Parts: sequence; C-alpha cells; structure tokens
Amino acid sequence: MPVPASFSYPGAAFFGGVRSALGSVFFPVLAGTYIGIGALAHDFAFSSWWLALSTVLVWAAPAQVILLSALGAGSAIFEAAVAVTLTAIRLFPMVVALLPLIRRKETPFYQLLLPTHFTSVSMWIESLRLLPAIPAEHRIAFCNGLSTTYMATATTFGFVGFYLAAKLPPLLAGALLFLTPLSFLISTVRNAHMLVDRLALVFGLILGPILSALDVGLEIMWTGVVGGTAAYAVHRFQEAAE
Amino acid sequence: MTTVEPSPYLVLILVGFLPNEIWRALGLVLARGLNEDSEIVVWSRAVATAILAAVIAKLILFPSGTLDNIPLAVRIAAAACGFVAFICIKRSVFAAVLVGEAMLLLGGFLFGR
Repeated sequence: MPVPASFSYPGAAFFGGVRSALGSVFFPVLAGTYIGIGALAHDFAFSSWWLALSTVLVWAAPAQVILLSALGAGSAIFEAAVAVTLTAIRLFPMVVALLPLIRRKETPFYQLLLPTHFTSVSMWIESLRLLPAIPAEHRIAFCNGLSTTYMATATTFGFVGFYLAAKLPPLLAGALLFLTPLSFLISTVRNAHMLVDRLALVFGLILGPILSALDVGLEIMWTGVVGGTAAYAVHRFQEAAE
Repeated sequence: MTTVEPSPYLVLILVGFLPNEIWRALGLVLARGLNEDSEIVVWSRAVATAILAAVIAKLILFPSGTLDNIPLAVRIAAAACGFVAFICIKRSVFAAVLVGEAMLLLGGFLFGR
C-alpha cells in the first residue's frame, strides 16, 4: 500500500497510519488471532473486560495466551509471571531497533512512551517497513495511528470471539479455540528463519507435553529454559564447526 | 491456612502487565548497543520460542473446554495439515489457518462427540 510522503494538515500523519493498518496483512491476522484469544478467555472463565484490559496493557498475544492458560489452569502465579517475562524479552531488541527511526534530537522523552508501549510483532514489522519513507517529524504520529488501529482491532475482535464462543454450537466453538494454537504454530514457523529458532520450536513442542505428562511443575518455564538452551547450544556447536 | 483470593485485575497488573512491560521500558532506557544478532538476544529468542511451542502443544494436546469434544487425532492431523499447507501455499499464514480449520471442522463433524 502506497504511503503519502508528506502530510498536509495536523493529524494527517496519524490517519495515514490508520489507513496503512487497515490495509495491511496484519489486520485479518490480528482479527483472527484475537477471536481465538477471546474464545480462550471465555473457555477459562475470564471476563470479556478483563481480556480487553489485558489487550490494552499487555499488548502481546503470546503473553496474553500464556497468562490466560496458566492462570485459567490454576498454575502458580510465579510461574505465570516468569513465563510471561521470558516471552517478552523479544520486545527489548524491537524497541531498541525502533527508536532510532522515530527519535530526533528535539523529540521530548514523553513522546516516545506510546510508541514504546505499542511495540509488538505486527506494529514493529510494519513500522520498520513503512517509516523510512515518511518524513522524520511525522513518524511518531504515523506510528501511533498504525498502532492504535491495530490495538482497537485486537480489542474489538477479542469481544467478538468471547461472545461467539458463548453462543456457537460446540463444534464451531471448538474451531474458534483451535485458532490460537494453529495461528501461533504457523506464525512461529514463519518467523523461525534461523536453525536455532526452528530447533527451539521443535524442542518446545516435544518437551512441553512430556514435562506436562510427568507433572514436574513449572513445566512451561522449564521447557523454555531447557529446550531453548539446548537449541542455542546446537547453534553454537554448529557455528563453531563451520 | 487462609488464602486471600487476589483481585483478577491486580493479578493482571502483577503477572501480565509488569513482567511484560519491563522489557519495553528497558529497551527505551538502554536503547543503544544491542542488535538482533547479539548472543544474548539469540538465546532469549530461543527460550521464548520454546515456551511458546510448549503452550501451543498444550493447547492442542490437553485443551481445557469445548475443543476436547474433537478427538486428539483430529486435532493433531488438522495442525499437521495447516503446517503442510503453509509450506505448499506460498508460505501464507492465512491459507494455512484456513486449511487447518477446515480439516478440524471436517474431522470433528465426522468423528466428534
């Protein structure tokens, strides 16, 4: 989708971001993902407003799914917090990479707070793709327009999924619940460009259910640390061998 | 022992918001010097990927509610079909999810309770 390189009136950059968001591939992806998460929240007996607030505050689908499934299944609060924070580490390098694109010398610090909070996979990919074509002074407004639209989309479709799950016959409600693991599986495969990421995915898929079945406790956390470190070790060995 | 049930909104802040937001805040404060290829970033991405994979596997293998009415073999086959569709149909997430969902509905219709 073409992006206008200059904006003629105040707020035009913001609406440029809104238009880009509505036309991007992440619009249907976010809608589908959050329909699934809404159904999951219903299944685990959370309220729809709790889900909406978690979308606005957490704004990271993997962390929200972990939060719902861990708290809903009665896991220890500590384990849920550790699992959430481990999946959120990826946000750190994203913020680090985004800021140089939107920060100018005269940008006040507070203007960076919203884009920082909005940083997530969808917004980050589109920002890094589109921002370079936009004049530096309009980038924060554009970024905020893009992100607000994504967040509003996610929140709205979270409600849609929540109420659909309550009303639909069991087979269709089951299909909604299947949206989350299916779309996460596929998008994780898509994002796994390096061997280390692919190995981590495979190790996690195998180790997670085994540790679950063995009832070791904190199995999500252990799967991450053991499976992820094993994948990383293989990656290091392979690099050393080259 | 008496336990106080914490408010779900307090839990959301303590377990969801803060452990997640801390990394964005750190990125904002320390936004220099680290790139995507640094070793600590590669390791942490591997750990996060494995965690996510464990959650995906648990949601497919041990679902909590309505999805349990659809047999385990159908759920696994549908996920596998989605994966194959992703590889075959131009690496499209959208097409893969459609195929996986269609297989789940078909299998659930034929073999479900």
